[in-house]
Amino acid sequence: MQTPETVRELVIGGVTYETRFTKKFEQRAPYIAPDSHLVRCVIPGVILSIAVRKGSRVRSGDPLLVLEAMKMQNEVRSSCDGTVRALRVAPGDTVTKGQIFIELD
Amino acid sequence: MSVTNKHVDFFRRKDRLLNGGGNKAAEKQMALGKLTARDRITALLDVDSFYEFDLFVEHRCRDFDMDKRVLPGDGVITGTGSIMGYPVCIYAQDFTVAGGSLGLMHARKITKIMDHAIKMGMPIIGINDSGGARIQEGVDSLAGYGEIFYRNTLASGIVPQISVILGPCAGGAVYSPALTDFVFVVDKISKMFITGPEVIKTVLGEEISMEDLGGARVHSEISGNAHFYARNELECFHKIKQLFTFIPWNNRRKAERYPAKPPKAKFDIERIVPMDSRKPYDVRNVICALCDNSEFLDVHANWAANLVVGFARVDGETVGIVANQPMVLAGVLDVDSSDKGARFIRFCDAFGIPLITFVDLPGYLPGVEQEHAGVIRHGAKLLYAFSEATVPKITVILRKAYGGGYIAMCSRHLGADFVVAWPTAEIAVMGPEGAANIIFKNEISGAPDPAEMRRQKVAEYTEKFANPYVAAASGHIDAVISPAATRDFLIHAIQISVNKGESRPYKKHGIPPF
Repeated sequence: MQTPETVRELVIGGVTYETRFTKKFEQRAPYIAPDSHLVRCVIPGVILSIAVRKGSRVRSGDPLLVLEAMKMQNEVRSSCDGTVRALRVAPGDTVTKGQIFIELD
Repeated sequence: MSVTNKHVDFFRRKDRLLNGGGNKAAEKQMALGKLTARDRITALLDVDSFYEFDLFVEHRCRDFDMDKRVLPGDGVITGTGSIMGYPVCIYAQDFTVAGGSLGLMHARKITKIMDHAIKMGMPIIGINDSGGARIQEGVDSLAGYGEIFYRNTLASGIVPQISVILGPCAGGAVYSPALTDFVFVVDKISKMFITGPEVIKTVLGEEISMEDLGGARVHSEISGNAHFYARNELECFHKIKQLFTFIPWNNRRKAERYPAKPPKAKFDIERIVPMDSRKPYDVRNVICALCDNSEFLDVHANWAANLVVGFARVDGETVGIVANQPMVLAGVLDVDSSDKGARFIRFCDAFGIPLITFVDLPGYLPGVEQEHAGVIRHGAKLLYAFSEATVPKITVILRKAYGGGYIAMCSRHLGADFVVAWPTAEIAVMGPEGAANIIFKNEISGAPDPAEMRRQKVAEYTEKFANPYVAAASGHIDAVISPAATRDFLIHAIQISVNKGESRPYKKHGIPPF
């Protein structure tokens, strides 16, 4: 058994149970509410070009940048209206999943 | 050529092919703690039981100077044999020949032996040890994989299929094991992934070792791709043999019957389960206290351990056990445990193995992560599998059976044939704390001392509903029995279930929430 030997407490339906945790349960990531003003990378790849600059006004659906990933030039579009507060990436950058591309106001 | 010369020629040809990739390549293989493909077959099968197919097959690739290369057996050994008298079809990829790479003829050898297994009603064992597709053969090699996957699917539910990962198994190749019933992995030897560490490093810049990405521990503890974990190849073969004692040859036969043996005395059932339903215990001890010779084969022992599934015998007959494990995550159902349970139940149903379910769970695991991971549709798999199963279904409620968890764990409502509960069982719509908070909400909030009132109401609810008698009064359970009488009850239930017949309306197939 790959669970730690120490007995832990798990509350279900208002009752506290003595039990052990699995490795997977202990390693689970805490939930963070998504913020649509932070444009994040959903697939790892390389930035080809950026269509906006700091201070640009964008509307929902406007193209923001082109990300080459999985042999495809993917256009990343804004999901909300706003102004570009900061660019966190530049063309040629290799980006990983979850990385922030652009901050909008 | 004289007859004698023909024989000399035959032995000369055969010996050359039996030597596989040669001694140097074999030494390299052994230095990694691995046996050669031929030694693996010898170690796994009964002595002198192996009859080889297609030793003289040659590859047909003419590009990239491949026509000048001889690849003995085209990198795979196939044939039939027996394991403890049990007939099997087997193939073993030979890493010493072109890295065990899969070309068209290599695949044809595998599909031929698979077709044979399906026709003859013999289990298939595939020993995987291959660098992947033979790039020189191009799309022919992809065709080969596709034809194997197709047959894995055709064979599914007809004959047991077992995959043994004894080396690399990467890219598309992983899908053959994934389609089979039981996957065995060995520490430091098995490596399974769709994209390897090299690609991940190039694309993501993330560095990870093969072991951390897709080693034996990862697949037997985190991903759930592997059902059995062994420390070395010989231990792995021993486990395969143990599995074979429990499963039938094909879906038209029953599993072998063994002489019935009582459980070992050290499993004293009265002492295993604590009265306080918040206290943990190892449900495997309950299983061992009830089954023949206390012998239980834990499937997926280290993955989703909050649900225990595996094989045992009762009165000499193989049974499939599904049990909540209070020792891990309080025995809750969650995404992984539902998946694990459903798969196992469907195997048992396909191969006519009766199911015994032991229930003790507080419900489903709460949390954003679980909800977002789709605990609804994964949990539905368990309901589907239990409802779909027409083998004898016997349910024993040990302690808690609340709410949706009660229904899901093979309740009478999902078609269980026998449902009994121990006197310690609590069968209710929800746990007393939750129920009291809802039913007596106004009384509690309006009381001068809400905490005291809550305590009183919880006690009141517990007294009235946290028992098996409310469910028994409605006939939702058949009987309340003592722990000591449980083995006799199981034997009785298995014995009178031999002629169970349940016919359902024709359909091509159902649509389980995959």
